[in-house]
Amino acid sequence: MSQLPPITLHISEDTGSDNQELSPDNEGAMHTSFRELIQEQSILAEASTELELQERGRGHPAHLAPPDTSAFAWLEPGQGEQHPGDSTTLRILASMPSRTIGRSRGAIISQYYNRTARLRRRRSRPSLQQLSRTARPSLRQYDLESDPARATLQDKRSLLAKELLSLSPSQRSHMLLSLPLCLAEKRALWRELDEQRSPLGLRPHPTAAPSPCGWCKDYITLGCRHLWYRLLALLPAAQPWHYALKQISGRFGSSVLSYFLFLKTLLMFNVFSLLILLVFVVALQAAYPPAKANQQPFAGFELLTGAGYFTHSLLYYGYYSNITLNDPSASSLSGSVAHSAPPRLPYNMPLAYLFTVGVSFFATCILLVYSMYRSFGESYRVGSSAGDLAIKVFCAWDFKVVQRRSVKLQCENICTQLKELLAERRSRSCPLSLCQRLGRVAVLLLAWVLSLGTVLGCVVAVHYLLEHMHVVQQEHRALAGSTWQREGILLVLPLTVSLLNTLMSHLYNLLAICERQDSPAVEVYVAICRNLLLKMLVLGLLCYHWLSRRVVCSDEECWETCVGQDLYRFMVMDFVFTLLDTIFGELVFRLISEKRLKRKQRPEFDIARNVLELIYGQTLTWLGVLFAPLLPAVQVLKLLLLFYIKKTSLMQNCQAPSKPWQASRMSTVFITLLCFPSFLGAAVFISYIIWSVKPSETCGPFQGLETIYKSVNVWAKLMEKSSPNITWLTWIQQYLVENTFFLFFVSGVLLAMTYCHIQVVKGQRRIICLLKEQIANEGEDKIFLIEKLHCIYQQKEERA
Amino acid sequence: TRPSRGQRSQEHLDNVLRHSVWFLGVPLLHGRYHEMAPNVVPMDYTKDPDVKLPMQLIINMPELKENPFKERIVESFSEDGEGSLSFNDFVDMFSVLSEMAPRELKAIYAFKIYDFNTDNFICKADLEKTLNKLTREELTAEEITLVCEKVIEEADMDGDGKLGFADFENMISKAPDFLRSVFHQISVGCVIFI
Repeated sequence: MSQLPPITLHISEDTGSDNQELSPDNEGAMHTSFRELIQEQSILAEASTELELQERGRGHPAHLAPPDTSAFAWLEPGQGEQHPGDSTTLRILASMPSRTIGRSRGAIISQYYNRTARLRRRRSRPSLQQLSRTARPSLRQYDLESDPARATLQDKRSLLAKELLSLSPSQRSHMLLSLPLCLAEKRALWRELDEQRSPLGLRPHPTAAPSPCGWCKDYITLGCRHLWYRLLALLPAAQPWHYALKQISGRFGSSVLSYFLFLKTLLMFNVFSLLILLVFVVALQAAYPPAKANQQPFAGFELLTGAGYFTHSLLYYGYYSNITLNDPSASSLSGSVAHSAPPRLPYNMPLAYLFTVGVSFFATCILLVYSMYRSFGESYRVGSSAGDLAIKVFCAWDFKVVQRRSVKLQCENICTQLKELLAERRSRSCPLSLCQRLGRVAVLLLAWVLSLGTVLGCVVAVHYLLEHMHVVQQEHRALAGSTWQREGILLVLPLTVSLLNTLMSHLYNLLAICERQDSPAVEVYVAICRNLLLKMLVLGLLCYHWLSRRVVCSDEECWETCVGQDLYRFMVMDFVFTLLDTIFGELVFRLISEKRLKRKQRPEFDIARNVLELIYGQTLTWLGVLFAPLLPAVQVLKLLLLFYIKKTSLMQNCQAPSKPWQASRMSTVFITLLCFPSFLGAAVFISYIIWSVKPSETCGPFQGLETIYKSVNVWAKLMEKSSPNITWLTWIQQYLVENTFFLFFVSGVLLAMTYCHIQVVKGQRRIICLLKEQIANEGEDKIFLIEKLHCIYQQKEERA
Repeated sequence: TRPSRGQRSQEHLDNVLRHSVWFLGVPLLHGRYHEMAPNVVPMDYTKDPDVKLPMQLIINMPELKENPFKERIVESFSEDGEGSLSFNDFVDMFSVLSEMAPRELKAIYAFKIYDFNTDNFICKADLEKTLNKLTREELTAEEITLVCEKVIEEADMDGDGKLGFADFENMISKAPDFLRSVFHQISVGCVIFI
């Protein structure tokens, strides 16, 4: 500390009102008040000053609690001493910044004045010569000429308005929105802003417009803006299912709402993919149907099996042609085209198919990563350590819930959670004996062995079933059995897989009850883990089967159509089983529990299981997009129906979950699960097929090519031949897309960025630790100084 | 120098607009305010009538009726500290509790709501009252004391034995749910631009 800053401390004559309107960031004024204190040592405190203070406190428009009671409340437990006559100390304590934030109007205005000033100054850094090096960093930015602490309320208001005008309009409106002042005060501020912007003499009269034309224009623009604001007001209500979601959150809280919001998100993803596919692939192929006619008539069973009438339809890969549609060079074949026909635009179908699927995957990837990034940012704060109890007390109450029954339930929930947390703390402080711990470990081990065993068992069972079904199908084909039987056999595999999924998830629920984990969050994560493992392993096995058995489906001439049909069947069966599960798990359970057992207990809405089912269905869609371009349409339909079914069942049959949920953290987990096993797996599967698998010879847009990707090569060569100037295209393809070095480079860059980010977060955590220590030290300083003050006054009293 | 014609008309427009935006989002709210006491509240609110509705009427609104903190919510927005709301205060309350309000503002009012004795600190007595309201007095006295001690231990940073606004804000930033999606009333169906 080399030089002292040139602070001039003025001894204020009017001590009363100034002291009550000190700005929280105003350290100069703190110095002032202490200096006054020392000057006033000779003035003996009397009971009348105390009364005067109380009157002033009540009369002032801002709320200041009577300083004596609050100061007493503070002093007694902390110090154990009483200072009944210490009104000056009390006056100082009452005007401490921490007591005036949010209370005194003047304090708020001064605080925001400083904030605005700092905002303005941040943009233009002052040169170092102007700064005096003080130990107090805040004083460096303090503009001592316009000292807002000295001003009256009106002056402060005009100072704040002046500062606000120097900001940009968006910053200004944001600052004004976040002012914690009442409406009347804000309007006064607006008026002040108006006056400052257009000084009195030049303020335009509302009636004296420049010209009639200008008047018309003004009001037209005004009318348009009115309309725009009205539209914005209606916008939340126009979102799909706005009212339904409000109903759900009102009765069941934010955690069940997160499931429905996740459903809505998935619906948006699917609608987006569907639109792209419809516009670029399906609609065009529909306009130019291939020569092969559809042999089979429509029977109702197709909706379940996806075979029959649907086999040679827009639904599957096999329908799409591998030629350039609407090719002008082929016009000589169709003599019926008149000469006045509009110019024909050729459309390369295979390329369009490949690029559309690629683009929809890429766009979905970007959207997923963006939502994941956003929800991570919101739910995981840097430096968040265990503060469970405090958070539970202040943040557990869901202000959205308004129904009496739900409110009562919420109270009970919070009570239970608090008791659980206390029990956990108590048990943490008295750990279990060795025997008990061994017992717990044994139970956990057994549960995990059982669950992993069942997963393996299911996978092996599915594998053997696949083999068996393959044999049975071949036999039936040889015997030429009836179509009904043949199609029935097709359904056995999807039925079994869905049945296994449902039964296993109920089994895992039972296991979780037996395990009796301490923390409900861990219980949920464990359940999600087990279910996910089962579903992903079974899907992996099926993918392997689809890749390696493609020669089998030569009966339909098209292994891609075959795979597409399989995926369609899986999706439909999944939907049917979700329906059955809802009916039996929720409706029947409630009926039995109410009528037979006469208990009021309703089944709970199991969020984890339902979300995993959604993720599973979405994985199936993503796996099947290449083979059945209309599969997103099926998924959209399924999600729409699911929303209404689940909502009805929820409202009629369920009660809110008793396990505590942090809705934002759960949404992050859901999106992460959607991205990592689900989307990544589907992307890997599709990439493998595009790059390395030979498409079928006789059907589809890629017939006759070595791999699907080769169509791009063919196209690039064609482009090069037609116009030799476009060499950059082949260059890009050769050196960027096919070259492995480039891919490694990009992955290396991503890893480096991730590492930097992690280091930054670590640094921020360290800074937070240091700041916490500093705050604790400042707190101790404050206590020390106040004690010293009291000592001084006691001595003065004794002397006097 | 006189401002240009464009500037003047822009300012004029802003002027008219601002005072009309104030009236734009607000008729619906005024409808609710009026129907609570139709004999007392005039239909015309543009002249800033000096009418205040007492707390008993306001806490009977369906959005607030079952909320355990309803008295505190209404008191925090009342200018006279006793819980009677003028129409301005009423609009204030719903604008802070709506989804449009910025986080800092919500944090300030959340703090005010939990501060029962309005001394700008959440002390142990405030915490006890909060807990009793949350659990409908189902916790035993010993459990309440334990919870209060632990909460202050966790959240108090400067060691004065109670939670100041900075401590409170730091703590609720660890639960982003609260301000983002939980500290909202079901809005009365209008967007507030103030």
